[in-house]
Amino acid sequence: MTVSPVGTLSDASLQSAPVTAARGYWATVGRRLLRDKVSMACAVILLLIFLSALLAPWLGLADPYQGSMIRRLRHIGTAGYLLGTDELGRDMLARLVYGGRLSLLIGMLPVILAFGIGTMLGLIAGYVGGRINTAIMRTIDVFYAFPSVLLAIAISGALGAGIVNSIVSLTIVFVPQITRVAESVTSGVRNMDFVEAARASGAGPFTIMRVHMLGNVLGPIFVYATGLISVSMILAAGLSFLGLGTKPPEPEWGLMLNTLRTAIYVNPWVAALPGAMIFAVSIGFNLLSDGMRSAMDIRN
Amino acid sequence: MLLYIIRRIVYVIPIVISVALVCFLLVHITPGDPLVAVLPADASQELAAQLRAAYGFDRPLPVQFGLWLGRALNGDLGHSIATGRPVLSEVLRAVGNTVTLAIAAAMIGFTLGLLFGLIAGYFRDTWIDKLATSIAIAGVSVPHYWLGMVLVIIFSVELNWLPAVGAGPGGSSAWAWDWAHIRFLVLPAITTAVIPMGIITRTVRALTGDILSQDFVEALRAKGLRETAVFRHVIKNAAPTALAVMGLQLGYMLGGSILIETVFSWPGSGLLLNSAIFQRDLPLLQGTILVLALFFVALNLLVDIAQAAIDPRIKRG
Repeated sequence: MTVSPVGTLSDASLQSAPVTAARGYWATVGRRLLRDKVSMACAVILLLIFLSALLAPWLGLADPYQGSMIRRLRHIGTAGYLLGTDELGRDMLARLVYGGRLSLLIGMLPVILAFGIGTMLGLIAGYVGGRINTAIMRTIDVFYAFPSVLLAIAISGALGAGIVNSIVSLTIVFVPQITRVAESVTSGVRNMDFVEAARASGAGPFTIMRVHMLGNVLGPIFVYATGLISVSMILAAGLSFLGLGTKPPEPEWGLMLNTLRTAIYVNPWVAALPGAMIFAVSIGFNLLSDGMRSAMDIRN
Repeated sequence: MLLYIIRRIVYVIPIVISVALVCFLLVHITPGDPLVAVLPADASQELAAQLRAAYGFDRPLPVQFGLWLGRALNGDLGHSIATGRPVLSEVLRAVGNTVTLAIAAAMIGFTLGLLFGLIAGYFRDTWIDKLATSIAIAGVSVPHYWLGMVLVIIFSVELNWLPAVGAGPGGSSAWAWDWAHIRFLVLPAITTAVIPMGIITRTVRALTGDILSQDFVEALRAKGLRETAVFRHVIKNAAPTALAVMGLQLGYMLGGSILIETVFSWPGSGLLLNSAIFQRDLPLLQGTILVLALFFVALNLLVDIAQAAIDPRIKRG
């Protein structure tokens, strides 16, 4: 960039200035992320899993509910059953693809809900401060007194089995974690000059939070939430694995893992397949979250 | 230091009371009558009212909480509906097995995590770093209950080297540190160790990298210190944070053991919790969660105090 005295700038050069200026923050982050091979590979794999789950009925797969007593527990690679069949003779490939629908829903929805609620609570606690901050953050502390697996299982166990209950319990587990991150990021931004300027120019607290702060705190919270999806996928499938989430005969990876446990002496590797799907999604989100974090760390 | 300890303990009291409140309320968010598990289906109205009064369910909630808390402080967590035995003794017996599992897993996970983390942080951006980081990220991403199943498939089903379930020969639940029992511990301990291994590797790697990039390391090297001595400074500086993370992980292993104990039928607090949930044994559910959460709070307290004791940078006032 060349430095020229202000006086010599013509109108034309002023108008063209935005073009030559540095790219915006998010554009830079996006470009850095696109160049990261690992993150892009994860994004592509996750996208494929998503699309196959979404488009499952149109992929020409076998009926995931249709069992058969005579073709139970076929091995991987059996003609007509690419990934074998489960303990009730249902096609594993179809059940794994269809299973993505519920598994991804119960794994991701709690994080999405907690992202909304936690960001709001953290923003209020961080910006307003004082007694409201104390009230919110001390309440959050109580939930930190439970290991997250225990809390999820305690709430699910008390509410009883079911998809909605498992989503509710996981949301309760993640709200405190996201609130803490949101609060600490907000407190960091709160005393910056641009917020002071907005306040001085007469903006109310709600406007300041929504217009001036939200955009500045959303990035780090979003990255943290992306990493949580990995944990959430494992816990949600874990609740189903224990019998606290989905009910049979719905295809869901955690529940499939549970019902196939009885088959590990007959056809062990078919029994292990649903877990591999959970693992793939979980590691994908973890690597993607790491990639985003380093892409947003512009200083390096 | 003593003043610091006292202040920390005082700070924990409201947390303990809130934890008790959450455990108490757990029973009251359960759909339906909490008496449903003890009451016969054809019970009369009078019998129901009688039982409700006997369990104190007819009193206002705050009164019930006060009474319950008072009894809990005296070590009375009620009786299990399924077995009729006192909840506290049931829980404490099971917790022993969970502690055994957690200690074995901690020995594996912490050793590997510290080793991988230090090496990865020291040899940053080399192939060693990439390998250790990959192992760590696989460790934190793997559904551990599935890993347990895969280990059972390999070492019990295919190779027939180790037992798949239980905690001792003949289904006994009395633990002993001999090979006959340790054989049962190997697979659950490895499975439990994977998550802490991954988290500690990542934490220690980041710590080591941060410390090595600080000016004082440059100064140590400039004054001619050998690399082994520089490394000692790194360990000293990383220790307090690493210790805190390890304490937290130990707590997670104790409290979050339900999935692994279910896979391996390990007779610990997690398996107890599992049966309490599915038999709708609410006093047992409440008691197990309370004891585990209190363990977790106590462990966090100990870690805070230990951290302040070894780290002169923490203000103890």
